[in-house]
Amino acid sequence: MKTDIILAGVGGQGILSIAAALGSAALNNNLYMKQAETHGMSQRGGDVQSFMRISDKPIFSDLIAKGTADIILSVEPMEALRYLPYLKKGGYVVTNATPFINIPNYPEVETLMATLKALPHQVIIDADSIAKEAAGNVRASNFVMMGAGSPFIEIPFEYLEKGIMAIFERKGADVIEMNLKALRAGREFAQNYIK
Amino acid sequence: MQKQLLLGVEAIAQGAIDGGISGVFAYPGTPSTEITEYIQESKQAIARNVHRMWSANEKTAMETALGMSYAGKRALVCMKHVGMNVAADCFMNAAITGANGGMVVVAADDPSMHSSQNEQDSRVYGKFALIPIMEPSNQQEAYDMTRYAFDLSEQMGTPVLLRITTRLAHSRAGVETKEAKDENEMRLPEDKRQFVLLPAIAKKRYRLLLDKQIAFEEASDNSSFNQYIDGADKSIGIVACGIGYNYLMEVFGGNCPYPVVKVSQYPLPRKMITKLAESTEKLLVLEEGYPIIEEALKGYLEKECVLGRLDGTLPRDGELNPDHVAKAFGLPSIEGSPVPEIVAPRPPALCVGCSHRDVYTALNAVVAEYPNARVFSDIGCYTLGALPPFQAINSCVDMGASITMAKGAADAGLYPAVSVIGDSTFTHSGMTGLLDAVNEKANITIIISDNESISMTGGQESSALGHLESICRGIGVEPEHIRVLLPVPKNHDELCKIIRDEIEYKGVSVIIPRRVCIQKAARDAKKKKK
Repeated sequence: MKTDIILAGVGGQGILSIAAALGSAALNNNLYMKQAETHGMSQRGGDVQSFMRISDKPIFSDLIAKGTADIILSVEPMEALRYLPYLKKGGYVVTNATPFINIPNYPEVETLMATLKALPHQVIIDADSIAKEAAGNVRASNFVMMGAGSPFIEIPFEYLEKGIMAIFERKGADVIEMNLKALRAGREFAQNYIK
Repeated sequence: MQKQLLLGVEAIAQGAIDGGISGVFAYPGTPSTEITEYIQESKQAIARNVHRMWSANEKTAMETALGMSYAGKRALVCMKHVGMNVAADCFMNAAITGANGGMVVVAADDPSMHSSQNEQDSRVYGKFALIPIMEPSNQQEAYDMTRYAFDLSEQMGTPVLLRITTRLAHSRAGVETKEAKDENEMRLPEDKRQFVLLPAIAKKRYRLLLDKQIAFEEASDNSSFNQYIDGADKSIGIVACGIGYNYLMEVFGGNCPYPVVKVSQYPLPRKMITKLAESTEKLLVLEEGYPIIEEALKGYLEKECVLGRLDGTLPRDGELNPDHVAKAFGLPSIEGSPVPEIVAPRPPALCVGCSHRDVYTALNAVVAEYPNARVFSDIGCYTLGALPPFQAINSCVDMGASITMAKGAADAGLYPAVSVIGDSTFTHSGMTGLLDAVNEKANITIIISDNESISMTGGQESSALGHLESICRGIGVEPEHIRVLLPVPKNHDELCKIIRDEIEYKGVSVIIPRRVCIQKAARDAKKKKK
């Protein structure tokens, strides 16, 4: 198996927590993984991305080549579109629907949604609302997103759950349970969405 | 053994800890910062009481590391590429004194300038100093090579440069670690004059360094980190340096049809390169950064057919990636769909609530009253004041240049000449420039926008903390022209008045708007809650 994932968002939105859970899941499943992330200047509210590569064979490049990513997993809708040149034919865009508007020339939200919906393979999910409903905390929305991406990532779901348990081990059972609920709710939403 | 998931920089840090370092010396700078942070948090390093405090700048870091090496212990010194410029005086001369305890200098380069003002290639410094260079291609090598670099440093009696670039620094992968070595016992140099670089001694030491070049080259030819990998198709031979090797293997799915020399230790392994050149028709050099190896192999008269960044086979600037390498082999590249036009750029910005915002709001209001006013700024979060909505600054060159450039412009007759510098940048490299200004009573207004941390790199402790007023007084700024206040919106008018008054004052004034970085405040509050 091989899954190349582009994680996208805005500096400060915490895409690296998704990367950490996926990384832990991959390593515990004896898979190879490489994950390149953005540090430094862009973390101050700029666009950030992380290239995440998981495979059962050794991985060479830390970067993903254009036109080869299996999935773009974005916690912000406009940022999902920024990486389309990297997506392979038939690859999925899975994005949170809630815009993060910190620039004056942010596109009209209606136009943005129409552009996203016009993509051939997409899952648009209101991760913030689902996090509130299913996990009781909007802060779990990143793991709703990870759940929504999970049908397109070839790692057994229980390993993704174990990944969350591993990274929140020190924070206690409540935090783990909250994020697991978010993960499951996101997965269920995506599975119904693509039916 | 269970693998640990480590960033390239973290692998270096763990390699240094397990390699028996007694100290890390550094000033923060992307993409090198996390090496020192990792050691600061490492239980192993804390238990051993490895030195792990930040230094005031890269030069003091390099010198302190050399002092530790003098005493026979292993020292790691880390910086971003432009930090090498600051530390270069010590670095170049440390090559002449040589190392006693192992000394490894990590330079983290930033091709494509993700977080930097240039993309200089630190391998040039290694060659300039005539010392061995290590360039890992992956996280495991970063760990292994750091350990090896300390052994090599002691074996050869020279500092070793370990060069990485952003992609390896900030990419994570599983790393297997080995048993930690003990730290060295104190062992002073046998020759009491080894480190006294008076001309008579320096000449001998330099000859010794030149004589060592053969051993350095042999070490490269025998190093397990350099490999000759044969291929059936001899139409071209590939020299793949550092992470250039990864992109080559990526493009060919792990089976490159051409002979390859994988280079991770310099000087170049002469035997391997010669064999490659003799058995192939032409060479392609894949290197991250400047076309240093390409140029060396090609020669000025271009007698050899060497392809790379200079002839356009690869782009002349920016970091390498799999797409560039595929194109170099004429392989078809696939491209997804284009970025829709509605996608707007999202540049970084000062945080909402950041004290620099209040400073720039006031400064812009006052500067508008002076049509000739120019603002010279510096390296830090406040450099973002160049972007909308503030567009408040007219320069950003190097650490400390705000004060000295303002002075030079004032010397030329510019008025008002204003300087904006951060607290940590001031103690890094601004203090000496302030002394120049005071000695000549230059007509400049300096704003030290003090947020009590090194914020751009993640809120490390600033050497300036608690010292700014006394430093300025000590350097000779008149006490009545050192003005401190709290930059918050309700003090806007007061801040404007102070800036205006000090611009009107014909001499050196220092305004210190002081409010802790809001990111740091939030982190500190979170820590307290725990």
